[in-house]
Amino acid sequence: MAQSTDQNVGSKSEKAGTDPAKWYELFSRGARDWLRHDEKVRESVRKHLPQIVSGGDVINDTARTVRVPVRMLEHYHFRLRRPEEQQGAGQGKAKPGDVFSDPSKQRGPGEKGPGGQDEGEVQLLLEFKIDDIVDWLWDEMQLPNLKPRAGPSDESEWIREGYDRRGARSRLDRRRSFKEMVKRRGNPGATPTFIDDDLRFRQLARRRQPAVHAVVFFMLDVSGSMSDRDRKLAKTFFFWVVQGLRREYRSLETVFVGHTTEAWEFTENEFFQVSGTGGTVASTGFGKVREIIDERYNPGRCNIYLFYASDGDNSVSDAADARESLSSIAGDACFTGYVEVSSGLSRQLSTETGRLYAELAGAGCAAGSYALNDFDDVWGAVRHFFQAESRALDGPAP
Amino acid sequence: MSEDWQSYVQRIEDLAGRSGLKFHPVDFEAVPDTFMMEIAVYGLPVRMPHWSFGVRYIYQLIQRHMGNSRLFEVVFPGNPGHAYLAASNGLAENILVTAHVLGHADFSRNNLLFRRCQEQVSERIVEHAANHARQIQQAIETYGMQRVEVVLDAALALEQHIDVDQSLRRERYPEYAAQAKPLVDDAFRKRFASLDPTAASTGMETKKRAPVPPHSERDLLWFIANYAPEMESWERDIFLAVREESFYFYPVFATQIMNEGWASYWHARLLREASFIPQQAYVDAIKCHSDVVRPVAADQQVALNINPYHLGFAMWEKIVEKEGMDAARDIMQQDDDFGFIRNHLTRELAEELGLFRFSARSDGQVKVLETDLTALHEAVLSPKYNFGAPMVAATHIRNDGTLELTHDNSVDGRGLDLERSRRVLDYVQRVWRRPIVLTTVNQAGSTLELTAP
Repeated sequence: MAQSTDQNVGSKSEKAGTDPAKWYELFSRGARDWLRHDEKVRESVRKHLPQIVSGGDVINDTARTVRVPVRMLEHYHFRLRRPEEQQGAGQGKAKPGDVFSDPSKQRGPGEKGPGGQDEGEVQLLLEFKIDDIVDWLWDEMQLPNLKPRAGPSDESEWIREGYDRRGARSRLDRRRSFKEMVKRRGNPGATPTFIDDDLRFRQLARRRQPAVHAVVFFMLDVSGSMSDRDRKLAKTFFFWVVQGLRREYRSLETVFVGHTTEAWEFTENEFFQVSGTGGTVASTGFGKVREIIDERYNPGRCNIYLFYASDGDNSVSDAADARESLSSIAGDACFTGYVEVSSGLSRQLSTETGRLYAELAGAGCAAGSYALNDFDDVWGAVRHFFQAESRALDGPAP
Repeated sequence: MSEDWQSYVQRIEDLAGRSGLKFHPVDFEAVPDTFMMEIAVYGLPVRMPHWSFGVRYIYQLIQRHMGNSRLFEVVFPGNPGHAYLAASNGLAENILVTAHVLGHADFSRNNLLFRRCQEQVSERIVEHAANHARQIQQAIETYGMQRVEVVLDAALALEQHIDVDQSLRRERYPEYAAQAKPLVDDAFRKRFASLDPTAASTGMETKKRAPVPPHSERDLLWFIANYAPEMESWERDIFLAVREESFYFYPVFATQIMNEGWASYWHARLLREASFIPQQAYVDAIKCHSDVVRPVAADQQVALNINPYHLGFAMWEKIVEKEGMDAARDIMQQDDDFGFIRNHLTRELAEELGLFRFSARSDGQVKVLETDLTALHEAVLSPKYNFGAPMVAATHIRNDGTLELTHDNSVDGRGLDLERSRRVLDYVQRVWRRPIVLTTVNQAGSTLELTAP
């Protein structure tokens, strides 16, 4: 049977040999309009990207992509409101008064709308590269492309620069040499003949690179008062900060510090898992950061960032110590930021630590703070910090 | 084998002619399944591009992968008609489908609603739609995808809002209101008028501009294309192209039960009477027939929708049996589904077929309602009222160009879905380019105004 149908098509197309209308075998309008639909979905996802990606779930530690579940677009028509009780006509073995459940609803979660017009809902899973997303977001939010603080040159590399008549054989540029030969002789003729003057060799030069090295310290208050949700908020925020800074620095190191009344350095995984008990003494955390900077990083050669997330309840007796250690870090860092994660209460930075940072910013240091109450605020925070930072760079800081 | 099928086509056509079917010639073409699917999605072999077809295409693909739907043929009325058969059809299926197509061809040539719409749209809808597609493609090249899509979003959202009782090429409203004629045109009044020149001249000056629209207008595509204050001519053309295709789709929609029933009746009958079909092919074809023309899916006891093939088929069998073929042909020519169901779906037949009315709660619980023939008719027909769309009409244009739309909830029984309506207003507002106000009712039944922007 299948064979017969194949021949069937064959004979028809032979008959219609002069007819160019076999386009449908090469072109699918359905696929074209489907692609257009997907394009529109991507456009609208892109428009709402900040809301979508700030949800904590899209962030995956290792993956370089984010998956966003989206619904199919609907082309809207005027429709009647869905009634509480929908009437219709059916057919089969049923008597008046029978009550049963809709067999079509048992098959799947697909919802039937009025008159069966809505089809079962289909979800698409679109995958976006994180780099693309960061590009879009930076365009969308018009965040400044930060210029790294030019440190003393510390790297250098060989780059190609210019041509010369002398050089190693392996650097001979044949195209250029040929051109020189043509310039000299006019028509290259049947057998091109080169003389030594025609040869051109690529040259190298040593180029000093400004420091494009950065380290970000993420400091998290892991004391008993920080809930899981607070930590997740902080994590989401930190994630996008890293993405943003990676755009600017070729090599970015991250250091994770957690503190309660003591401070420890953690690996990234441990960092977000860990939870401690007890009070909050921020100066221990700042002290740990100071210690790590002194040990491993030369502030003159390396751009240092510090982001600190806490609920802000620093112990009052610690105020002086914290101020001292923080301002010593701020002197060396490109920027220090403070996010106050306080889900539920919105105290808006009127906490101990909030005041500390306000003082710091008031003293002309590159510092900023932001209150983070919900996942929707994450983008506000990112925008706030990166703009504050660019202002700081334009301002009195070198 | 294909030669076989070709030869059967001729013999089936001869048999159909002898049985009294009158149809325009039909061009048969076997096409790949993928193309069949596209025809089903677009409703026409070549049609304008729009992303919403892409959405339907995805759903159709999913359906097909789940094995829920299989298309044997799609036929387009006209002179000649075009029938596309799925290349995957076997011989038996093709024989069945050929007979079925001839039933459709007979129906579309003789049914009055079809004839009227074809006179207006032309008998070459396939070519017309391809022209529209080309025209829109050119518009895309000239004005860009974005701008054309804005127009198509609006036009296709309103595609059901046409008025088939009016001509496809209707005139604009008269500029001036009709003059009130003197009640009696007798000698006395003429004499009176000639004696009093002022009376005669004031009669001339009362000529008044007619309001637009003079009455509520439900052909929204036509109305917007003609009266939108700032639409460009290529945009109007797109609206009118969509409207023309809707005029073609209307009879297909409004006679579906009759038409599918008629074609199913005839394929069954022609197959029975065709002595030239080999035994095996006949058995296969009848098996295929009973798969298509069945009331309830094989694995279920009841269906909460009506299979138009089955209902129409059963009704035609009954009509031919009781009233004879001539009467059946008269009904076929004069009715649409509304008349057909209301006049010919009898109590006995409804019982025989096990038709029932139900009400379904949103949690999926279904209750079968008591038998009431008139209510059953309306339950079958209600998805077909007004081309399946709510009664929304243009009622007024304000001095600042604001368009007033009014939803007639007294006809529809309840108000509009507000979220969707708002989106539609957004589409339309971008071509009307002035504010739009839509009046409907909310859940509690009190009047509600939606505005865009």
